[in-house]
Amino acid sequence: MTVHTGPHPTRRLILQGAVSVALIGLGNLPFVPAHAAANDKYPEEAFKLKNEADAIKALYGRTAEPSDKVKLDAPEIAENGGVVPMSVTTTLDKVSSISFFVAENPNALAASYKFPDGTIPAVANRLKMAKTSNVTAIVEADGKLYSATKEVKVTVGGCGG
Amino acid sequence: MASSIRVRATSNGDITEVQTLIQHPMDTGLVKDAKGELIPAHYIQELKFACNGKDVFVANWGTAISKDPYVKFSFKGAKKGDDLTISWTDNKGASDQTTAKIA
Repeated sequence: MTVHTGPHPTRRLILQGAVSVALIGLGNLPFVPAHAAANDKYPEEAFKLKNEADAIKALYGRTAEPSDKVKLDAPEIAENGGVVPMSVTTTLDKVSSISFFVAENPNALAASYKFPDGTIPAVANRLKMAKTSNVTAIVEADGKLYSATKEVKVTVGGCGG
Repeated sequence: MASSIRVRATSNGDITEVQTLIQHPMDTGLVKDAKGELIPAHYIQELKFACNGKDVFVANWGTAISKDPYVKFSFKGAKKGDDLTISWTDNKGASDQTTAKIA
């Protein structure tokens, strides 16, 4: 009795062909990022991205322009990267969200805050920083993105425990 | 068990200022313990503040928030004596909730 260990060679080829066609098809699909800021869902994907620009894109779907109406208050030098207090205030109207990005962290997006009507567009929190890095605050106001960036020097990283 | 959430909400008549401190390890998943084994990521993902049946502030957090997180914000439309409900959920599905009176 002959034992067939696998499908017929031609059938396998056909199957492989079908799989690659399917993969190419997927690759051609337009990338639709979940715009977390617009809905209530936790932006899981944006938090996983390493690069700051990618994370901003995944969270908001567009880029921000620097604005002096966004004020990022952070220390020049942080002695302990594990606890770096920083806050954002803005004079912009119709603010719907404020997000913090630390460019040199393993994952750039640190926090994203939503501001319903009636909530003052300002927030203070404490972030971990792996090393000296630019910190960017992005304010979403009236559908547009505004940013402020500041370098914070870290003498002891936040990942050593 | 005592709540993991400590809140101070004070109103000056128009604006209510809220300061919150939560006890949570906020492990990044990148740090090793004394035995050299990775401590799995364990962090708060979502923190919500609701007052009079309406969300007044929502925080989405990643691992870069410091251990025992602190956050401060202010909002309008509440008065002294109103209830402020604070709730969080972490990446392991754990959660906690507390209610504070605005002073």
